[in-house]
Amino acid sequence: MSRTLHLTLNVWRQSQDDAQGRLVTYDVPDISEDMSFLEMLDIVNDRLLAEGEEPIAFEHDCREGICGSCGMMINGQAHGSQRGTATCQLHMRKFQDGDVITVEPWRAAAFPVVKDLVVNRSALDRIVEAGGYITVTAGAAPEANLTPIPKPVADAAFDAAACIGCGACVAACPNSAAQLFTSAKVMHLNLLPQGQAERYARVEAMVDTMEEFFGSCTNHGECQEACPKEISIDYIALMNRDYIKAKFKNRKLLSQS
Amino acid sequence: MSDVILDGKVPSGPIEGRWDQHKFDMKLVAPHNRRRFKVIVIGTGLAGGAAAATLGELGYDVHCFTFHDSPRRAHSIAAQGGINAAKNYKGDGDSIFRLFYDTVKGGDFRAREGNVYRLAQLSVDIIDQCVAQGVPFAREYGGLLDNRSFGGAQVSRTFYARGQTGQQLLLGAYQALAQQIGNGTVTMYPRSEMLELVVKDGRACGIVARHLHTGEVKSYSAHAVVLATGGYGNVFYLSTNAKASNATAIWRAHRKGALFANPCFTQIHPTCIPASDDFQSKLTLMSESLRNDGRVWVPMNSDDTRSADQIPEAERDYFLERRYPAFGNLVPRDVASRAIKVEVDKGRGVGPLKNGAYLDFSESMARLGEDTIRERYDNLFQMYERITGEDPYRLPMRIYPAVHYVMGGLWVDYELQSTIPGCFVAGEANFSDHGANRLGASALMQGLSDGYFVLPYTVPNYLSGMLGEAAVPADDPVFTAAEAEVRERTNRFMATKGTRSVDHFHRELGKIMWDNCGMERSQQSLEKALSEIPALREEFEKDLRILGTEDSLNQSLEKAGRVADFFELAALMCRDALHREESCGGHFRVEHQTNEGEALRDDDNFAYAAAWEYAPPGSEPVLHKEPLSFEYVHLAQRSYK
Repeated sequence: MSRTLHLTLNVWRQSQDDAQGRLVTYDVPDISEDMSFLEMLDIVNDRLLAEGEEPIAFEHDCREGICGSCGMMINGQAHGSQRGTATCQLHMRKFQDGDVITVEPWRAAAFPVVKDLVVNRSALDRIVEAGGYITVTAGAAPEANLTPIPKPVADAAFDAAACIGCGACVAACPNSAAQLFTSAKVMHLNLLPQGQAERYARVEAMVDTMEEFFGSCTNHGECQEACPKEISIDYIALMNRDYIKAKFKNRKLLSQS
Repeated sequence: MSDVILDGKVPSGPIEGRWDQHKFDMKLVAPHNRRRFKVIVIGTGLAGGAAAATLGELGYDVHCFTFHDSPRRAHSIAAQGGINAAKNYKGDGDSIFRLFYDTVKGGDFRAREGNVYRLAQLSVDIIDQCVAQGVPFAREYGGLLDNRSFGGAQVSRTFYARGQTGQQLLLGAYQALAQQIGNGTVTMYPRSEMLELVVKDGRACGIVARHLHTGEVKSYSAHAVVLATGGYGNVFYLSTNAKASNATAIWRAHRKGALFANPCFTQIHPTCIPASDDFQSKLTLMSESLRNDGRVWVPMNSDDTRSADQIPEAERDYFLERRYPAFGNLVPRDVASRAIKVEVDKGRGVGPLKNGAYLDFSESMARLGEDTIRERYDNLFQMYERITGEDPYRLPMRIYPAVHYVMGGLWVDYELQSTIPGCFVAGEANFSDHGANRLGASALMQGLSDGYFVLPYTVPNYLSGMLGEAAVPADDPVFTAAEAEVRERTNRFMATKGTRSVDHFHRELGKIMWDNCGMERSQQSLEKALSEIPALREEFEKDLRILGTEDSLNQSLEKAGRVADFFELAALMCRDALHREESCGGHFRVEHQTNEGEALRDDDNFAYAAAWEYAPPGSEPVLHKEPLSFEYVHLAQRSYK
């Protein structure tokens, strides 16, 4: 028989971006351990509505850990304490009866709060728009098997491409830096043969855009711990290498033109 | 009921050359004229993202809308298993014709041959395109692309990216779109939900959208509108669809005159994690690819309480292998789902609620080694473990069918144009290519084919006739009227001030639909649903409670609009299921089955696509029929034995 938990929740409530927010405490009995964390919040919201209090706004969609919509600070940790797990895949069996759980939105200057636990993460899209792609007109592509890619290279690119763009790395970072996100996007493409033509232009444009919005990386490594896809900070080192080379190469090319 | 005949405008001539000939016959827009044409694209999944990116790349003035916070989050992202393409890289007898043949047969002969052939042709271009974009498909040690098998096929033609194929393909489309946004050819409107299609003089001329953060209701005009807004499986409440997936955009277009085709064709996916309790908010799919290495079974004895690993071989019933020796565990989804339901209904279900069958990897792990299985499926195994608390490396998974995909959608012709000129529909939102049952790994193929390779030819063909015409201004009375409709609906929801949440009504509607219009339908069950839906709807209109305001982020208000549309759609689904007196693919009428319990089609009377014309609640929708003819794949009882 599954356990039932009685919890106390401290939830960040903020009516809109420019309003003052505060932590509100809720008594939450009768929570099945088989529920996901978001299903627990669904129940809390049903109860709030019945009592005439506006439900807690939170972001979610696929509830399978892949769309990257959900994310909240759970007891100070991005997506909670279970490693490699997005909030929607966190289940209540990881909690104990009587636990006090504090739930807050991502905290970062680049992610302003929209309402309650919902933040605006559009700065991440700006980084991709700056160069996170390979230019290929629909229909212009060569035969797919023309360029064999060694499996280890394909695997390394894939490990970076697994990023779901949730923003946990930024939220976990004491500097609100976006190096892990940016390096995952850069290195996915920079490692592949198809990505070579735009390699140095890409890294320079993406890093420079990142710096307009986010803080600086000081190698805390909190991002890697928080990442629901367990993306390695090694990609930051690879990105930094490419960025330094780019600053040199891109200048040289300019002087030749 | 009248029988209005619809023409899909499929070109004539040998099927192999139809698309090429048609591409030549369609009119072009010269590069310098393209920026004069405004095109709205709703939705940023595979179909919408690819269409917006490609039309932007061609030079059109594209305006793209999503209700998500970013164009990278659409539900395409959750597709796990793979994408089909007739590359024949495995040298095992695949060809464009075979993919076409498998898809028409898999769809139980209720799809349009011309469209399916084009899809099979374009499948090879999709793989080239995606690899060039940097999509990290699985590779063999020699560096070439790997393939695996999927249901309904005896060849290996499925390209995959671990268990995250949809994510990687969507990121490819998103990146292409991001490039166009960065270049300024596409204007992106995130957090904007389309709530009306606007039509003037019979042609689509724009939309009304609500900004989800500010509640601002605004008109956007264009020369053409593309709807790529996905499927409506969430009408069942519990489904594998993302929570926000909905029918509102296509239903709004339907209300404005776009015919809705085959609404009852619902795909129930055989391998999902069984529901564990009433609080369940959604069901989670376990990829069909698992059936490559997993064997489906139930205990012979329905009273068996031993754990799976304690039940000896001789006391297990591998019922798919027993009933369908040729395809075994890889029969198509509709066939597998019904077979599992039969066993569970017999009382042979497994798990605490006896509501599932085992999907067992022990034999594969013994044969291939645990590492190989880990390499192929580890992310799926981990997801299963997180949700159920059970380790599938030690005990078999428990699975049960769940609503996953809808083959029905807005009716479109060969050019993907709906019955409203200027309104195009792509991806799961249209009805075009999968007939009564979609084969695994074909949804991604269709979305990308529509977006990258079909709409970029057919939309310009429509636009070319409008050269020199300005778009209808966004302050035209048709827009003002549409905005007023949106505001009126919003105000009505806010003013109801009842006692129940939107989710309560959605859950109740889902129960009605699952019990009466789910895996099995009968005249009796469908009539029951048709009497229960209006009653529940009436209650919804009286007793809905929404707190907060309409001019800020209000997730209950968003859901209310979507659920209101689900009510009308649910009734149409039941009506369609009731009129289709045959069983085919995902539509199983208990009155129409063979002695062995297989679906029994009636080709003499039902070889057509049923396209419904909107009628307000209380009146009868009008049926239009598009007759289907099969020149290349001969009509036959499907057999996977």
